Amino acid sequence: MTPVIGVQHVSKDFKEVKALDDLSFCVPQGSVYGFLGQNGAGKSTMIRILLSLIEPDDGEVNIFGLDLRKNRKEILKKTGAIIEKPDLYKYLTATENLKIFTVMSGMKIPEKKIMEQLEKVGLAERANSKVKTYSQGMRQRLGIAVALIHDPDLIILDEPMNGLDPQGIADIRNLILHLSKGLKKTVFVSSHLLSEMELIADHMLIIDRGKKIVEGNVSELLNPKETNVELETLNIQESISEIKNSMWANHFEKAEGGKIILKMDSDLIPQFIRDVSQMNIAATSIRKKHSLEDYFLSLTAHHDVSATAN
Amino acid sequence: MFQLLQIELYKIFKRPRTYIAFAVISAIILLVQIALKFGGEEYVDLMMTGAKETFDIPVHQILNGYLVCFIILNLLLIHVPILVALIAGDVVAGEANMGTLRLLVSKPVSRVQLLAVKFLASSFYTIVLLIWVAVLALLVSIFLFGTNQLVVARKDEYDIISTSDVLWRYGAAFIFAGLGLITVAALAFMFSVFADNSVGPIVATVCVIIVFTILTQLQIPFYDQTIKPYLFTTHMLGWKGFFYVRGEEGVTIEGSIEHFSQIIKSAFILVGYTAVFLTIAFWYFNKKNILS
Amino acid sequence: MRYLFVLAGILFVTHKTRAQSAEALVQKVKAKFEKIHDYEADATLKTNVSFIKAPISNVRILYNKPDQLKIINKNGISFIPKGSVNMNFGGVLINNSDYDVIDAGKDGDGLRIVKLLPKTDTADIVLSTLYIDEKNLLIKKSKTTTKENGTYELGMTYGKYAEYGLPDKTVFSFNIKDYKLPKGVTLDYDEGLKKNEEPSKNKKGRVEITYTNYVINKG
Repeated sequence: MTPVIGVQHVSKDFKEVKALDDLSFCVPQGSVYGFLGQNGAGKSTMIRILLSLIEPDDGEVNIFGLDLRKNRKEILKKTGAIIEKPDLYKYLTATENLKIFTVMSGMKIPEKKIMEQLEKVGLAERANSKVKTYSQGMRQRLGIAVALIHDPDLIILDEPMNGLDPQGIADIRNLILHLSKGLKKTVFVSSHLLSEMELIADHMLIIDRGKKIVEGNVSELLNPKETNVELETLNIQESISEIKNSMWANHFEKAEGGKIILKMDSDLIPQFIRDVSQMNIAATSIRKKHSLEDYFLSLTAHHDVSATAN
Repeated sequence: MFQLLQIELYKIFKRPRTYIAFAVISAIILLVQIALKFGGEEYVDLMMTGAKETFDIPVHQILNGYLVCFIILNLLLIHVPILVALIAGDVVAGEANMGTLRLLVSKPVSRVQLLAVKFLASSFYTIVLLIWVAVLALLVSIFLFGTNQLVVARKDEYDIISTSDVLWRYGAAFIFAGLGLITVAALAFMFSVFADNSVGPIVATVCVIIVFTILTQLQIPFYDQTIKPYLFTTHMLGWKGFFYVRGEEGVTIEGSIEHFSQIIKSAFILVGYTAVFLTIAFWYFNKKNILS
Repeated sequence: MRYLFVLAGILFVTHKTRAQSAEALVQKVKAKFEKIHDYEADATLKTNVSFIKAPISNVRILYNKPDQLKIINKNGISFIPKGSVNMNFGGVLINNSDYDVIDAGKDGDGLRIVKLLPKTDTADIVLSTLYIDEKNLLIKKSKTTTKENGTYELGMTYGKYAEYGLPDKTVFSFNIKDYKLPKGVTLDYDEGLKKNEEPSKNKKGRVEITYTNYVINKG
C-alpha cells in the first residue's frame, strides 16, 4: 500500500545549522506515527516542510502519492494540522475562528456542522466567547476542532499534549486513537511525552541532530530479543563485585542510584534470577526495563536528557 | 478569492485598533475645524501676507468650507499615512506575531493569493479611511463654514477658484490622494512581509514617511536637484496640483489645471513605487520560511 | 527788442487766458459730477495682477457723495486694491478749491491736460493730472500720486451715461508691493517646475471694472 507520507533524502540548512540531514521515512496509511527527538532535533522543521511552510534544500516529499511541490493545494485540502501551540485569532470567537479556517480550507461547511464540531471538543457553551478568554486547554481543543473541521485524511500534530492537565492529555490520547482506529485516519504526531507515545503510536521515528536514528514498528522496537534488566540491591558495591566476578560480567552495563543495569537476551532472565539468589547480593527487586523512554535515551545518550517523562 | 477577501476585511474591521484610527482622524479634523472657527481669521491673515499690503482682503469670505478642507488636507499629510501604516504594517507581521500565519500558509491557498487578498483588504481599509476624511474634511467644513470661492496660496501667487469649479477638483484630489496612500500601504505591506512583529514595519514606514517628507519640504537646492524628484512623498503632493489653475491676463481659466502632465507623471511614479514594493513583497513571501 | 517785449506780452496774456480756461474747464466738469449725489451699479471686476489669478467677479458698486465708494462681491471673493476710494474719478474734483489748477496743454489725442496741486501739505494726494475731453466735459484719464499708496492711474471709457460723467469702463492701475509669503505656509506641489513668467518684475497691477447699469441718485 502506498504510504501516506513518503520523505526521501530531505535536507534543510538554516545558515550554519543543519536542521535536517538526508532524512527519509514513510508513514503507513491509517497508522499513528510517532515522531520523536530531543529539542532542536529537527522535528518542527520536518513538520513545517510537510505543511509547505518551509521549502527543503534537497529531497522529495510525497503525500497521498503526490509531489508536495507540485500538488500543494490538493494535498493540503486533505490535511489538518496543529503546529506547536494552536494560536488563533484571540479577538474573535471560537465560531468566528472556525468559520475563517473553514473557508481557508476551501470547504463549504454549514453552520450546523461547525456547531457540531464545537460540541465534539466540548466548547459549544463557549462558542461565542472571544478566544482570549479561553484557558490553554480550551485553546488546544479549539485548535483540534480547526484541524479536523474539514474532515482531513491526514492529521499532523506537533506537540499536541503540551501544557495540558492529565485529563486533557487523556482526551488527546483517546482522540488520536479514535481518529486512527475508529475513523481510519493517518495521524502524524510529534511529542516529548514518551510514555503517552508508547500508548498510542504504531510506528515511530527517532531523529537526532537532523538525522534518522531509528524507524520502525513500536512493538518490535520496544520488545527486542535483547533487553535491559534492572537489579535493586541493599549492598550495591558487593553486588557489583559479585556480578563482575561471575558469568554475568559481560552483561553488566552500569550502576546508578542504587540500581545495577544489565543487558541480556530475554531468554536468560530466569537463569539470572536463579544465579542472583546464589550470590552475595541482597536483591530487593529485579525488573525487565525497556520502555520507550529508556530506548529513546539509550539512542540519544550523548545529549543531556530533556525528554519529559510521565 | 472574493471569500478570502471577505475574511481579511472581516479580520481588519473586527479589530478595535481599526476604529482607533477613525477616531483619531476624526478628532484631529474636528480640532482643526474648531480652531479655525475661532481663530481662522488670523490664519487667513497670515496666508494673505503676500497680498494684504496692496489689497483689502475679505477674510470672512476667504475662510469658507472649501478653504478649511484644503487646510485640513495639508495638515493630514503625515497623520493619515501613519494610520494607514498601522493597519497595512500589521496585516502580515501581525499574523506572524499572533502565530496564525503558519495556520494560514498551511491551508490550500497559494501564497500569492493569500498576499494579494491581504493587500487588497488593506487598500480597501485605506480607501474607506480616505472617504471618511473626505466626508469630515469637506462636508462637515461646508456645513460649518459655508461655501465660497477657494483661495489657494502658492509660493508665488494666489489662485482663486470659482465656487462652481471647486468640487470636481476635490473629487480628483481625493482620488489622487487615495493613490498616494495606497503607495504608503504598499510600503508598509512590504515591511510587514519581512517581519514577525508589526511594530517594526509600522515604525519603519512612519520613519520613511517622516524623513522623506522633510526632504521634500526642505527647499535646499542640493536635495531639490538630486533626491527630491525621486521621492514618492514628493509625488504624493500631486493632489494639490488639481487646485493650481491656469490664468490669462490674471483671469482664472475655469476648469483648467496648470501642470496636468506633471500630475499624470506623479500618478505613474506612485503606481511604479507601488508595483516595486509589491513585487518585492510577493517575491520574498513566496520563498520565505515560515518559522513563526 | 521792441518786438521781443510785444511777443512776451502776448505770451503772458495768452497764458493767463489759458490758465483761466483750465480753471473754468475743471469747474464745468465738477459741476457735472456734483449732480450725482449717489449711485449704485452692477459691474464686472477683472483683476490683472502678476501674483493673482482670479475669475471675473460680478460686483455691486455703491457711491455716496463726496468720496464714499464701496465695491461689494456677495457671491465671491474680490481683492480690492487699497485706496479703492481713489477709483472715484470725481473725488479729486469735489474738493478742488484745495488745489491749484495748472494748465499743461494737450496730449497727442487732443485731451486737455490739467494738473491739480494741493495747496497744503496735509492732503494724501501729492499731484493729480487729469486728461479731459473738453468738448464732452469728460475725464478720460487721470494720474494721481499719493503719499500712502504711490501712483495710480485711472482710464475711463464712456457710453450711455456720459452725460452724467459716469463711465462704462474704468481701468485702475496701481503699484503692487512684492509678493512675500512666510516659508512653510504653502507646501507647494510644483516646486522646481518652471514658471511661465517672472512675477516679481511686474510691479503694476490693474483692475478693470465694466459697468452694466447705474441707478443714479436713488437716495
